Amino acid sequence: MKSTSQQLWSAPATQGSKRSTMTLQDGARVAVLGGGPAGSFFSSALLEYANLRGLRLSVDVYEPREFTCAGPKGCNMCGGIISESLVQNLAVDGIPLPGKVVQRGIDSYLMHMDRQAVRIATPQDEKRIATVHRGAGPRDLEHAVWTSFDGHLQELSKQRGVTIVQDRVVALSREDGCIKVQSKSGHEGSYDLLAVASGVNSTAHRLIEELEPSYHPPRSVKTSIREYRLGTETIDRHLGSSMHVFLLDIPGLDFAAMIPKGEYVTMCLLGHKIDKGLLDEFLSSPELRSCMPEDWDPEDFSCQCSPSMPIIGASPVCMDRIVFIGDCGVSRLYKDGIGAAFRTAKAAARTAVFHGVSQQQFTRHYEPVCRSIARDNLVGKFIFWVTHLIQRSYLTRAVILHAVNEEQSKDGPPPRMSSVLWDMFTGSADYLEIFRRTLHPAFLARLAHSAAIVIPPTMLNRTRNNSRKSMNSQR
Amino acid sequence: MSTLGRDYEDGEYIIRQGELGDKMYVIQDGEVEVVLENEQGDLVAATLGKEEIIGEMALFDQEVRSASVRAKGKVRALAVDRKNLFARISENPTLAFRLIRTLCTRVRSLDQELASVKTQLGSRTERKAGD
Repeated sequence: MKSTSQQLWSAPATQGSKRSTMTLQDGARVAVLGGGPAGSFFSSALLEYANLRGLRLSVDVYEPREFTCAGPKGCNMCGGIISESLVQNLAVDGIPLPGKVVQRGIDSYLMHMDRQAVRIATPQDEKRIATVHRGAGPRDLEHAVWTSFDGHLQELSKQRGVTIVQDRVVALSREDGCIKVQSKSGHEGSYDLLAVASGVNSTAHRLIEELEPSYHPPRSVKTSIREYRLGTETIDRHLGSSMHVFLLDIPGLDFAAMIPKGEYVTMCLLGHKIDKGLLDEFLSSPELRSCMPEDWDPEDFSCQCSPSMPIIGASPVCMDRIVFIGDCGVSRLYKDGIGAAFRTAKAAARTAVFHGVSQQQFTRHYEPVCRSIARDNLVGKFIFWVTHLIQRSYLTRAVILHAVNEEQSKDGPPPRMSSVLWDMFTGSADYLEIFRRTLHPAFLARLAHSAAIVIPPTMLNRTRNNSRKSMNSQR
Repeated sequence: MSTLGRDYEDGEYIIRQGELGDKMYVIQDGEVEVVLENEQGDLVAATLGKEEIIGEMALFDQEVRSASVRAKGKVRALAVDRKNLFARISENPTLAFRLIRTLCTRVRSLDQELASVKTQLGSRTERKAGD
């Protein structure tokens, strides 16, 4: 005998007839556009929650890419960092990240500035950040030792009962109260819910704009990503298990990193004006050259791409029977995009199964998660603006470097500066939490202490140099 | 082998009974023993393996650890912070489903063990009464 809750939710849906109810019923069909992390997290969670409610759902994920292919055909173009908080959330949620997917566990960050580098070790003394390839690997991959991260998640969702339709969606329409999906090869389906998880690097948003003219896709900026094949031994020797980040005074550059993986190193540049000039300036910087092999040729790369990265979320993020998740809904500014995909996908699946698929229910139960991420991004924007100011001044860079060096070389009070930078680089904490920590009296005292040590000698040197110059000019 | 988390050598303690803890752990590779330490010695209460969660009780009831957990052979375990866990659970309560399932499985297993102990005690008492 069915429980009361099951009786309320389990009236069978009539295939092909007009759907009058805005809840998922037994036998309901769900389409997911995009089989990247957001699509896989969503479809797996949807089936898991439906199972708890005693609902039988059918989920079709439309994904034209084949993640077993090397190069662009199988890649979702991204730096490939799984943040500390996401690694923990996946472990708790029963989504394993086996050794064949994790190319390298990261145990520290090396912050490069002004021809110096300081190591910030993980606060827990363990590897809780994973570097992965989103696809099978760069285009010159000879033998696949590791498995694609996106492919791994897709495989797990298949094991839970999701059907993968390896095809591109070419048309969307509303018919008889449901969403009709048409693919390139002629596959047609009628669905009770459409989850859009197609990111910001596909043309799927045009289909949505045709279907719902009120939809405004996310605003994005271009990034620059390159893969360099150095081999495991060279990477171990030069980069180790550290992510290398660069605080350089290059206009337009917000964040630069070299991410060590199995046999490759991924270069990742983020900012509001990434162009050829900026790329060349970064590649020739002494800070970068100091951590790469002497004979390294920056133009000898295996793969490169300039994917878009969302900086302002879509509007709206939900409609009747349509929900936008991951990058094409709202994502975190510059960091932890896959973590944001996890959060939005789970919230959307929870809403769809336990509350309903109307715009009203999504607005009530799903949108708060999106709003929380968007609000946090405003704080993030401010933090990146401050970081810009720090990058532009030698004095502020020297003060930060001194504070971190002191914290990392001595055992003492909690390393507040290091932990702020750690979370800033890794995307492991919300921007608001990072900002709050910078207001802690102990953090400000540490900053003042380093400023008092660094600034006077620098000013003195500058004054001496100036007076020398004026004396020389008088002579 | 997983490359995430931290390595523990055979016999190394991951959790110590009686200590306060703000982390739980997910076993990535290998096996651990859950050990109850008392004056009579150590009693191995359970052996847990890959993908199992340990140390979750102290996060919820905020009491000291009720048992020790030590590596049985080489073990790799990933720590999960209380702060991160509860921040995400408060945003999305469904993240707690797996923890609830884990606790249910353990209560069920304890019920079975209790029933088995009671049956053994009962048959001993009956034998003594028969003597």
